[in-house]
Amino acid sequence: MATLQLNNIVKDFGGTQVIKGVDLEVKDREFVVFVGPSGCGKSTLMRMIAGLESTTSGDISIDGQRINDVGPADRGLAMVFQSYALYPHMTVEDNMGFSLRLAKVKKAERREKVLAAARILQLEPLLDRKPRALSGGQRQRVAIGRAIVRNPSIFLFDEPLSNLDAALRVQMRIELARLHEELDATMIYVTHDQIEAMTMADKIVVLQDGLVEQIGSPMELYHHPCNRFVAGFIGSPKMNFLDVEVREASSEGIDVALPGGDCRVPVDGSGISAGDTLTLGIRPEHLKLDDEGPLTGKIVVIERLGGVTSLYLEHGDSEWILVADGDVAHRVHDQVRFSFDPTCGHLFKGDGEALNHLHRHPLVDIDRKQNRVSSASDGQ
Amino acid sequence: MNPTMTKKLLLTLLAWGIALIVFFPIFWMVLTGFKTEGEAVATPPSLFFEPTLAGYNEVMARADYLKFALNSIVISFGSTLLALIVAIPSAYSMAFLPTKRTQGTLLWMLSTKMLPPVGVLMPVYLLFRDMGLLDSQLGLTIVYMLMNLPIVVWMLYTFFKDIPKDILEAGRMDGAGTLQEVLYLLLPLTLPGIASTGLLSVILSWNEAFWSLNLTTSDAAPLTAFIASFSSPEGLFWAKLSAASTLAIAPILIFGWMTQKQMVRGLTFGAVK
Repeated sequence: MATLQLNNIVKDFGGTQVIKGVDLEVKDREFVVFVGPSGCGKSTLMRMIAGLESTTSGDISIDGQRINDVGPADRGLAMVFQSYALYPHMTVEDNMGFSLRLAKVKKAERREKVLAAARILQLEPLLDRKPRALSGGQRQRVAIGRAIVRNPSIFLFDEPLSNLDAALRVQMRIELARLHEELDATMIYVTHDQIEAMTMADKIVVLQDGLVEQIGSPMELYHHPCNRFVAGFIGSPKMNFLDVEVREASSEGIDVALPGGDCRVPVDGSGISAGDTLTLGIRPEHLKLDDEGPLTGKIVVIERLGGVTSLYLEHGDSEWILVADGDVAHRVHDQVRFSFDPTCGHLFKGDGEALNHLHRHPLVDIDRKQNRVSSASDGQ
Repeated sequence: MNPTMTKKLLLTLLAWGIALIVFFPIFWMVLTGFKTEGEAVATPPSLFFEPTLAGYNEVMARADYLKFALNSIVISFGSTLLALIVAIPSAYSMAFLPTKRTQGTLLWMLSTKMLPPVGVLMPVYLLFRDMGLLDSQLGLTIVYMLMNLPIVVWMLYTFFKDIPKDILEAGRMDGAGTLQEVLYLLLPLTLPGIASTGLLSVILSWNEAFWSLNLTTSDAAPLTAFIASFSSPEGLFWAKLSAASTLAIAPILIFGWMTQKQMVRGLTFGAVK
């Protein structure tokens, strides 16, 4: 039960600003993911919330209470570290119960709480082991268990899955999402992996160079990225970008010139005039092979994933990635034609800012709870 | 024989050779301790002789070995304990809260070991005289603590630096204050390192002769003074001197032998390799 507010917070490391004024509002029981490339400041931001880094200026508040000067232990938060940071000389039980031991909780009560957390994470058979006798996934679970035992107001996860192998990562991702349902607590999660962000978050905060680029639900970032950076960062494979010339622009849409003819993208074209150069962005999954299509390209690389196939195309100077069906028969060096639905296109100005879409995507405002309700009623 | 076998054999022989050279003086000393004074100075030295305890008897009769040994134990363990108490917080702050002068401070501390002790003998002696610390266990304990402090801090610093910062931060998140962090996390995790640092400090203190000879006479005199007392007055009596020396080094030799596993583990654990 906790909300978190960041109010214009800044972190300055000896003259270098790594966090340059971040505002954020985390609602009660929300799963917020900080995502961004390495060095964007996401971990620093989390460490500032945790109290492990001081805040140069700005306010951090939990439930409306300013906590800048409160020590990490007294903020009522729990953190799961990337390296797990288990105490190597203690058993799993002692690891999980350490915070209670420091708080002078009686042994019986301590054990009870540890057992309750262990039950959630299926750690009961491992309670007597030392961390070195555990596998990566088990250590991860102990680290999470240690956080659960503290019964924190907010859980902080600092890239907790990046040391796990791919299969385990997917499994833990699902476990974390389930855990969030079960504990129903506020969680903040740092990752550089946009898939983790998309799959788990109620709200994603995209960071770059110490600044927030965009805050929104996964679907909002996917369908309505506010700039070229977010558009390129969210979604895999990356969005295709192509410089295009404006033929005609109005508040009803913009006509842009493409090699195979003009097309109309439904964005607000106020302030744009014919002859301007914009960047057209189309997601690889929105391009489709089409013998009548206006665009052409030569296949350079084919990645067959079974269910889908990624085609890397080349046309003159421009390169395209196209996600097609798993069973396309094309081969490398084939010339293909393709098209796209202009309503899925995005247009960016020279400074990277996106032009607003005229229609909001229907899924954009659905949050996790609505998601759950609808999936439950679907099942009946 | 193939080349690797030859190499191995040569290396083994070399190692044994060096070990024997290093050990020989000790061996000879122990041997001489069981000779009569005549045999001790005989040329050529006799390797086979009738062992006698005469040297030991005389040594024990002339000086109170136990008193010297007790002084040695109190002073070397006391100074080590004191050094650890001072060094643990210093090493902690240097390892986990470094400033831009931390490296410089460490090097400066180590550089004090390059100063010949005799250079500061006069001021230290006068200070001790005025404070009434001459020939006291406390005085020598303090000197030894200060003497070993640079090495102890340096070693602890390297051990502490090897502890992942995350673990201590996790502790802080779990509610540990600095003291609890040190007691429950840092010390248990670096115990092998702390133990070997302590052992080294004990051994260095035990063997130190310069300060003990200059700052003590009888009351606080450790075993080094015990040996020295057999060398001066009536010329050299090799058998007696050897017996005394054997008695003086025996405890620390046994102590070192018992803890050698710990020593090696600790010394190869951190950066002091």
